[in-house]
Amino acid sequence: MATYPEDCLYTREHEWIRVEDDVGVIGITDYAQEALGDIVYVELPSVGDHFSQGEPFGNVESVKAVSELYMPVSGEIVAINEDLAESPQLVNEDPYGDGWMVKIALSDPTELETLMSASEYEEYVKEEREK
Amino acid sequence: MRYIPNSPEERAEMLREIGCPTIEHLFRPIPEKFRLKEPLRLPPARSEVEVMAFFRELAARNAAATEYAVFLGAGAYHHFIPSVVEALISRAEFSTVYTPYQPEIAQGTLQALFEYQTLICQITGMEVANASLYDGSTAVAEAVLMAERVTRRREILVARSVHPHYREVIATYTRALDVPLRLLDYDPETGSVDLNAVAPSTETAALVVQSPNFFGVIEDIAALAERAHDVGALLIVAITEPISLGLLRPPGELGADIVVGEGQSFGIPLSFGGPYLGIFATRERFVRQMPGRIIGQAFDRHGRRGFVMTLATREQYIRREKATSNICTSQELCAIMAAIYLSTMGPRGLRELAEQNAQKAAYLAREIARQSGFQLRFSGSHFNEFVVQSEQPVALVLERLCERKILGGLPLEPYYPELRGCFLVCVTEMIPRSTMETYVRVLSEL
Repeated sequence: MATYPEDCLYTREHEWIRVEDDVGVIGITDYAQEALGDIVYVELPSVGDHFSQGEPFGNVESVKAVSELYMPVSGEIVAINEDLAESPQLVNEDPYGDGWMVKIALSDPTELETLMSASEYEEYVKEEREK
Repeated sequence: MRYIPNSPEERAEMLREIGCPTIEHLFRPIPEKFRLKEPLRLPPARSEVEVMAFFRELAARNAAATEYAVFLGAGAYHHFIPSVVEALISRAEFSTVYTPYQPEIAQGTLQALFEYQTLICQITGMEVANASLYDGSTAVAEAVLMAERVTRRREILVARSVHPHYREVIATYTRALDVPLRLLDYDPETGSVDLNAVAPSTETAALVVQSPNFFGVIEDIAALAERAHDVGALLIVAITEPISLGLLRPPGELGADIVVGEGQSFGIPLSFGGPYLGIFATRERFVRQMPGRIIGQAFDRHGRRGFVMTLATREQYIRREKATSNICTSQELCAIMAAIYLSTMGPRGLRELAEQNAQKAAYLAREIARQSGFQLRFSGSHFNEFVVQSEQPVALVLERLCERKILGGLPLEPYYPELRGCFLVCVTEMIPRSTMETYVRVLSEL
């Protein structure tokens, strides 16, 4: 059974963001990693790149497909998870921890209000599964 | 015989089934003025004997490479093809198979393509090669698009000494995209890229050169790579005559980031321009931006070696508009021909062949330059092609040679207006010394 930590916010494209002091850590959800299957490669942007909310910032490649990653909020990339280059399976093993992807300095924290809470996302995933 | 696969009764039944009174009725959406109201104006049917005679007569009007001495190069080269190439490639296991989507029934094809990729890596000095593209020109255009993905930059610098047709294909591929193409001139003395004119910037995605270039002149790959890398751009090296790799240092060892080229010289007949073979090789760190498909080596659960298509998730048939390229196939049969050819020649055979080409070309160049009214246009080192400048009109020179069943070269003025009176000459191992003597004699009599 997939888990959705309470301290994260979620997008309809299955990214999560955990915000502390205007810096957000971003990754993909447990549901997303499970749906994708074994992840073999994660393509991430460079530190210093700017993105708007909803813009693709990279992609994740599994044995089945390559999927875009979408920005939950606008801002500037301040860190990327270098470990994923050698160990992309971290996304499967620990999607909310060691499998994080980028850190972003939020340019507009009010955008967080457009995202889903853990319980809302859980409900959304249930609907997705039933489709 | 008419190839209509159904009978009048069957057609009537199909019309009844879809509720359509006549076939004419089906065509109603096509406006009247576009409809053909009379039978096609074709000659009456002929017997097979007559048809064979008709086409044989047409074929006889071609100037075939078996009948003429070919001094034409410029992207298509007349080389000897060992009989083993045709004998093996004609086997149904190779010649009738479809794209190897099912590894469980395609191990032979997959292994042959894997070996092709390995051979291409070895001769280009690169780390990874794809299972081939359509031809040299599309390979160089794909390399340009790949360089833009890798660097996330726009500008492309293309040497004018790159094959004019290849430059046209680059222009076609990039026409609808925001890609500023800038041309780099050649040094009018040497014929190689004018290094002083090479000024890539931090906007430049790639520098595109060819070596040996369109004039047959060998470029200084290492110096060009340095210029490109200084500003974070990639160096794309195109090769139209890969036999040169038997003698020249592989571009990969000299700093090229993407090596592309035409593989026709590797056991593939001239065939009036195709099918040919697009060679594409690059560095492993760029593999996910590489177009086309790659065959990988894998192991099954019993530890036995096998081969599968790999990284296919980035191909168009899976990833649609987000694919790395529109190409969704490979030039499989020609790639296998090249693999058979290269395996047959071996490293020593390829080297000997390259030496023969270079020596024969050097001999003819020297002899032509001795004739009054003729000289070599460029001073740069060449492989098996060189540019001759003539005081006589080029058309007249080539006409006189053609009378002796010699296709003497390619006039350059249509491609380079400033090279009036110049023509490109290629000498391969197919040209015996006696033919070169005839060639020189014709020039001396002009």
